[in-house]
Amino acid sequence: MNFIQELGVLLKKNIREYGMYIALAFIMIIFTILTKGLFLSARNISNLFNQMGYIAVLAVGMTLVIVIRHIDLSVGSVAGFLGAIAAALLRNNFPLIPTILIIAGLGILIGLGNGFLIANVGLPAFVATLAGMMIFRGALLVFTQGTGTIIIMNDTFNAIGNGYIPDIPNNTNYHLLTIIIGLVAVAFYIMSDVRTRNNKLKYNFEVLSMRMFVLKEIFISAIIFYIFWTLASYNGISWTFAITLIITLIYHLLTTRTALGRHIYAVGGNPDAAQLSGIDVKKITLFVFGSMGLLTAISGILYTSRLQSATPDAGNLFELDSIAAAYVGGVSAAGGVGKVINSLIGALVMASLINGMNLVGVGISLQYIIRGAVLIAAVVFDIKTRSSAK
Amino acid sequence: MSDYILEMKDITKDFPGVRALDKVNLKVRRGEIHCLVGENGSGKSTLMKILSGFYPHGDFEGEIIFEGKPQKFRSIHDSERVGIVTIYQELALIPELTVYENIFLGHEIKSGRLIDWNKTIAMAKQVLEKVKPDLDTSRKVKELGVGHQQIVEIAKALTKNVKLLILDEPTSSLNEGDSENLLKIIKDLKKQGITSILISHKLKEVVEVADSITILRDGKMVANLNKEDGFSENEIIKYMVGREIEDIYPKRKKREFGEKIFDLKNWKAYDKTLGRYVVKNANMYVKKGEIVGVAGLMGAGRTELALSLFGNPKNYAVEGEMYFDGKKFRFKHPGEAIKAGLAYLSEDRKGTGLILDFDVKTNITITGLRQLVRGFFINENEEIVLAEQFKDSLKIKTPSIEQKVLNLSGGNQQKVSIAKWLFVKPKLLILDEPTRGIDVGAKYEIYTLMNKLVEEDGMSIIMVSSELPEILGMSDRIYVVSGGRISGELSREEATQEKIMTMAVDY
Ligand SMILES: Nc1ncnc2c1ncn2[C@@H]1O[C@H](COP(=O)(O)OP(=O)(O)OP(=O)(O)O)[C@@H](O)[C@H]1O
Ligand SMILES: [Mg+2]
Repeated sequence: MNFIQELGVLLKKNIREYGMYIALAFIMIIFTILTKGLFLSARNISNLFNQMGYIAVLAVGMTLVIVIRHIDLSVGSVAGFLGAIAAALLRNNFPLIPTILIIAGLGILIGLGNGFLIANVGLPAFVATLAGMMIFRGALLVFTQGTGTIIIMNDTFNAIGNGYIPDIPNNTNYHLLTIIIGLVAVAFYIMSDVRTRNNKLKYNFEVLSMRMFVLKEIFISAIIFYIFWTLASYNGISWTFAITLIITLIYHLLTTRTALGRHIYAVGGNPDAAQLSGIDVKKITLFVFGSMGLLTAISGILYTSRLQSATPDAGNLFELDSIAAAYVGGVSAAGGVGKVINSLIGALVMASLINGMNLVGVGISLQYIIRGAVLIAAVVFDIKTRSSAK
Repeated sequence: MSDYILEMKDITKDFPGVRALDKVNLKVRRGEIHCLVGENGSGKSTLMKILSGFYPHGDFEGEIIFEGKPQKFRSIHDSERVGIVTIYQELALIPELTVYENIFLGHEIKSGRLIDWNKTIAMAKQVLEKVKPDLDTSRKVKELGVGHQQIVEIAKALTKNVKLLILDEPTSSLNEGDSENLLKIIKDLKKQGITSILISHKLKEVVEVADSITILRDGKMVANLNKEDGFSENEIIKYMVGREIEDIYPKRKKREFGEKIFDLKNWKAYDKTLGRYVVKNANMYVKKGEIVGVAGLMGAGRTELALSLFGNPKNYAVEGEMYFDGKKFRFKHPGEAIKAGLAYLSEDRKGTGLILDFDVKTNITITGLRQLVRGFFINENEEIVLAEQFKDSLKIKTPSIEQKVLNLSGGNQQKVSIAKWLFVKPKLLILDEPTRGIDVGAKYEIYTLMNKLVEEDGMSIIMVSSELPEILGMSDRIYVVSGGRISGELSREEATQEKIMTMAVDY
């Protein structure tokens, strides 16, 4: 097989996997052209990652929720509500770290509450979390009734959504630590890929041919490095971006390499078989909703910190944005299918779309229509490529 | 004499990594019952899926000629239009709907734009007249046993003006009475001029009903036999597996049993949704190294009994005492039962046994993943090595252990289901219909494996089975279950088919 043919076969076979990246590239190129390069500027890329953080974090958790065939509609209201509590605590000079711990704890509790209603009481997730969505929206309104918007004066807290990681002293115009982290990320990526490939070879499983493998490594490494390079030429990695990446990495490892992760996908794939195989479906459900609660708390903190204040409409529609991101990333409502990394990319696709449209000056009404259309297109693409891969 | 209703010529079908069919020819005469047999994974279901248009024209090589005309089916709809109807092993009925609603589902009888229910009911009665006159058409399908559900499927096929009826292992989940019934219906249909293709691993019934038999092995057609020349089970087996098999049940040593490893006293299980006892006052025991058969009719409560022991996933209200391995237990969850050394092979491998979207490897290890965890993570190398071992020792036919079990043939899926329980090395293994849908060769392998497990590994086995020969051939001792209670106990020596049947219908 010659090179082009091989590439063609590879693309065709993995079209589902690569489709989203192609779409992302396509969106980025269009907006870059429309904005005469502004879209890809260091400043805007940095901005883009900050804007997508609070949705991406939710999308990661939502992936697991959808994998086990449920849904969580309460995350938007809860994120807003927890953000307001954080703001109130900080305004009363409560110290930062305990505030964050309390918010995280509350998030987990609320998530477990949802999980309990669904797993133990047997409410449909849609109903239980729809109720949560209304209750916490109401609670947020009550909470901010007297004060209106709560301004946050704590600089450390505000840095989470607006600040950047410190640099090591140097006399370049670049953020050196960011470049180093970028290099480490590339090295890590290549090492783990080589390891997987060698393993597969050892057991005679199918692998990419050597030249395709090298090409893929170079291509992806270049993209990863380009991203860090761009960030380094601006202010470096933001705290938001760092938190998003770390969470995604943890969840990636959790879902792909641990027993718990395998059990979650088993419950999604066939709950009855999972139960008869000794998996406690209730516990898994509780875990998944508890984790969603924690991530909701983190999302609330990211958002509140970014605005440096808590507002009555904070978190509005986050649930739908994160569900959309997960679906664009290819999770399946039929259960058992979906990767957290892809949901992160899904969030990036949606955030790029919004960011780009804002730069171009598309009106908010048209923005909604376009986002809806992209969501449908993504899921249709997913269904079509899935059935042809049968 | 050859008026062929169907000819399939040089059919070749490839899946990634496997050639499922290799230039297969199938000729079916008009008005006959044509049986298709072959080992697990030999390509029978695939051939029928090609015929029914499930794999559309262009997805395979070769030609289909039906009633003299070449056909290019693009979907199941196309094949149904010319009169080819398939009944798959997984029934396609809607449990919540009534019999008559199901029969006309998808091609409702309408007057104007609305469904004409009176006519629907009348027509449903009319069709059922041909197959099972006493079936009440207004009952919900979920209230019927599998045997009657099959009949509803056939009635549904009849309303589609079927000329060629394909049945993929219809009797594998039926007991003998229901099987006989079904076969009788197929013979009646033959008198009415309907041709049938029947896939089955039960060679006895094949010999009984077939007018001709086509045998597949490894995707190739190896023989075509006709009734005029006489059939014999041994001859069929020889073609199927490529060698002679002397015995259906492996020889075994005279066994000595150990202590009672499992003892059940006054065990009751109450199903809250059904509002009745599904297990009534069961007393039974199993000794170490023993194979205990549990016989009974379909619906007698054997699966319910097994589930109530194995962590009670259906949440029955349970009473009574269970002693296992010297300790008293009441498992709250299958996970606890597994930890204590119990395993349960589900009778329904697709519904509750396997995770079809997972590959062979992950299905095998899901029962005991923790033993593969090193630090935080699953040791994937170890997992692969173990899964490969099971693939070899159980002769699971798959291009790779990374193949989704969805893509395996029925019998090989069953082997994966067994492997996942051997993986946790249980002390007591409950096998619910362990050889359902499995070919003769593989059955022999599974029986041999069972003997090895009790003789060499000191395991004990409870085998629930609806096949009496299997119960008689494999069990050291037999319990018969009827109407939720244990209606009798027989030693290996005293057991006969007649005795078991008498106890099975004794309420
Ligand atoms: N969708 C698929 N993808 C990949 N391989 C497949 C697929 N369907 C079937 N196969 C393979 O094709 C071969 C034939 O399978 P098939 O289901 O036709 O066997 P069968 O004769 O019906 O066996 P059984 O008696 O166990 O039901 C098997 O090796 C199986 O693994
Ligand atoms: Mg089959």
